Amino acid sequence: MTKRVGMEVSIAVAEAAKLARAEVIPAYPITPQTHIVEHLSEIIADGELDAEFVPVESEHAAMSCCVGAAAAGARVFTSSSSQGLSLMSEILYIPSTMRLPMVMAVVNRALSAPISIWNDHQDIMVQRDIGWIQTFAENGQEAVDLTLHAFRVAEMKSVHLPVAVNLDGFILSHVIEPIELPDQEDVDKYLPRFKPRYKLDPRKPISMGPVGIPEIYTEAKVAHDRAIKNSKKMIVKAWKEFAEIFGREYHPIESYRTEDADLLLVTMGSISETAMTAVDAMRDRGEKVGLVRIRLWRPFPGLEFRKAIGKAKILAVVDRCLPPGAVCGPVGAEIRSFLYKIPGAPKIFSFVAGLGGRDVTVERFEEMVDKARAYAKKRPRELYEVIGVREQ
Amino acid sequence: MIPEFEKFKGFKAKSIPKEEIVSSGHRGCQGCGEVLALRMAMKALGKDIIVCSATGCMEIITSPYPHTAWNVPWIHVAFENAASVASGVEAARKVLARKGRIPKKHVDVVAIGGDGATGDIGLQWISGAMERGHDFVYICLDNEAYMNTGVQRSGCTPYGAMTTTSPPGKQSIGQVTWKKNIPQIMVAHNIPYVATASPAYFLDLMNKVKKAALVKGPAYVHIYSPCPTGWGSAGERSIEFARLAVETRVFPLYEVIEGRYIISRKINKPKPVTEYLKGQRRFRHLGEEEIQYIQRRVDAEYERLVKLAEMT
Repeated sequence: MTKRVGMEVSIAVAEAAKLARAEVIPAYPITPQTHIVEHLSEIIADGELDAEFVPVESEHAAMSCCVGAAAAGARVFTSSSSQGLSLMSEILYIPSTMRLPMVMAVVNRALSAPISIWNDHQDIMVQRDIGWIQTFAENGQEAVDLTLHAFRVAEMKSVHLPVAVNLDGFILSHVIEPIELPDQEDVDKYLPRFKPRYKLDPRKPISMGPVGIPEIYTEAKVAHDRAIKNSKKMIVKAWKEFAEIFGREYHPIESYRTEDADLLLVTMGSISETAMTAVDAMRDRGEKVGLVRIRLWRPFPGLEFRKAIGKAKILAVVDRCLPPGAVCGPVGAEIRSFLYKIPGAPKIFSFVAGLGGRDVTVERFEEMVDKARAYAKKRPRELYEVIGVREQ
Repeated sequence: MIPEFEKFKGFKAKSIPKEEIVSSGHRGCQGCGEVLALRMAMKALGKDIIVCSATGCMEIITSPYPHTAWNVPWIHVAFENAASVASGVEAARKVLARKGRIPKKHVDVVAIGGDGATGDIGLQWISGAMERGHDFVYICLDNEAYMNTGVQRSGCTPYGAMTTTSPPGKQSIGQVTWKKNIPQIMVAHNIPYVATASPAYFLDLMNKVKKAALVKGPAYVHIYSPCPTGWGSAGERSIEFARLAVETRVFPLYEVIEGRYIISRKINKPKPVTEYLKGQRRFRHLGEEEIQYIQRRVDAEYERLVKLAEMT
């Protein structure tokens, strides 16, 4: 039996990549991702992990190097944040359609301008459509477990896709939490050796990344779309396997006190723990409030989400991203379009909170719940509201 | 000196490998000097290679799915990053070989890109890969403009040349800047092997590419690649222009082995640059004054190279 030890979450994520026996780790430093790659480079320098750490000259090069290494048949891990993730953007779309497995820990941080090293989800939301499987961790243990799960899913023969594990910058990455690191033996059982479906090998030459003429481009993109949609059952299967070996259960969507709730908060990432505290407080006052947390963002687990919201009348969706000029935040927009014209669908209000490291407190959640109730009676002009703005 | 070079005797015209790595049936233009150079370079390397290609003419003409001209493992990811992709392939093979998961037999990792992919948009990626010391070969096929997108100027476009974004006009003579010297930038990375080559001297080209592969660590070969479409030159004269570029000292052939310059072909009695410039539509508008300027500068740069060879 493994024991829980106090550990910085970044260090724990690096240890997870080590337990996964990552083989090539191209990385470029950016706050708040640095501790992950620093620790991995130490592990490799100390000979505790037989891997190649490639200290590339930019994030764009990091992702390019990841693609080359995955194409050559290695197990690949990297990590980035914010501006770095944006710099990678051109390449992020490529390993997913090329069906090259790899795992990236995205330590979420705001985007410039103004420059901010603090946490929100704008960096990954800009990359929403890269065609990677994307999960969001709520706490340190989950960040570790999702990292191991990511390798398992990415390398499944019918999946063969890259996976991004999102963890909130500083709020998760830099805190010390009690974490149970699994035994190497168990991880080896969970994660068999990576056997790619195809790789660059002079014994069996193939061409990768050819020109997609109009007669073939659509089919290539449709194949990718089908692959990521079909991956959901394998993602769930890999979580079941995980539970059998490690004893911790994960699902695409998690519910908290949703039974008989007429209003549900919808969150992603670490704010969910504060949201639970807020739900408890409101429940104590007799309010029928619950929480639905999205762990699997891509592919979007629609059926599970619909099941989770049950017969709730109002949804207060919290986005940590503000796309200027849009109808509302990306999570809000996703849920709106998913539930549109479904009979009995709840009223949906979209809130933007926690931008650039702004705290989302219990009081803020209570404010969102109150506002969502008021807006259910009288529809507001805008479909979203930014919470906690200091007015002059 | 490089110990790996000692056993290498060089290719002979009679012993050029018959095997085609880049097969015929690709979609290159008539008289393309670049694909000719690529073909010879790949013959020199043989089948135990992995090729990482930048976006560009060579990538487009060899890989319209479901066809491929490549008889070796080949990957294309994007325009600027072939060197980083090669870094990843090399790193992966290193660790996989160490773990006994792939045969120990050496496989050369080769990145290829045009002058734009190498000297402009991809310079940072190449610099990074060279500085990190990956064991790979970077081959730049320099046709002196962005030909794949319709002949736009690059940093490697020669002075005075007409391109679609350096058009001569009342206020301009065409390309107003001198050609960026990428091989010298590579030399500044202190890599063990840098060379320039030309398809007109194909044995020299093949020998240099082979040496680049033999050397441990990063190596760079810059290959002059005539482009009839972009230069407005006759397709059947591509090799002739490649030779004239050397004979006029416009594109000198040399090696830099561990920092030591060796001129491969000394041009003691150079032909005037006009012989090279005429017959190419891209230089047709140049007047006597510009041609004189080009002549002076070409001579000065060659003298500088001679001095570097003497010094090192």
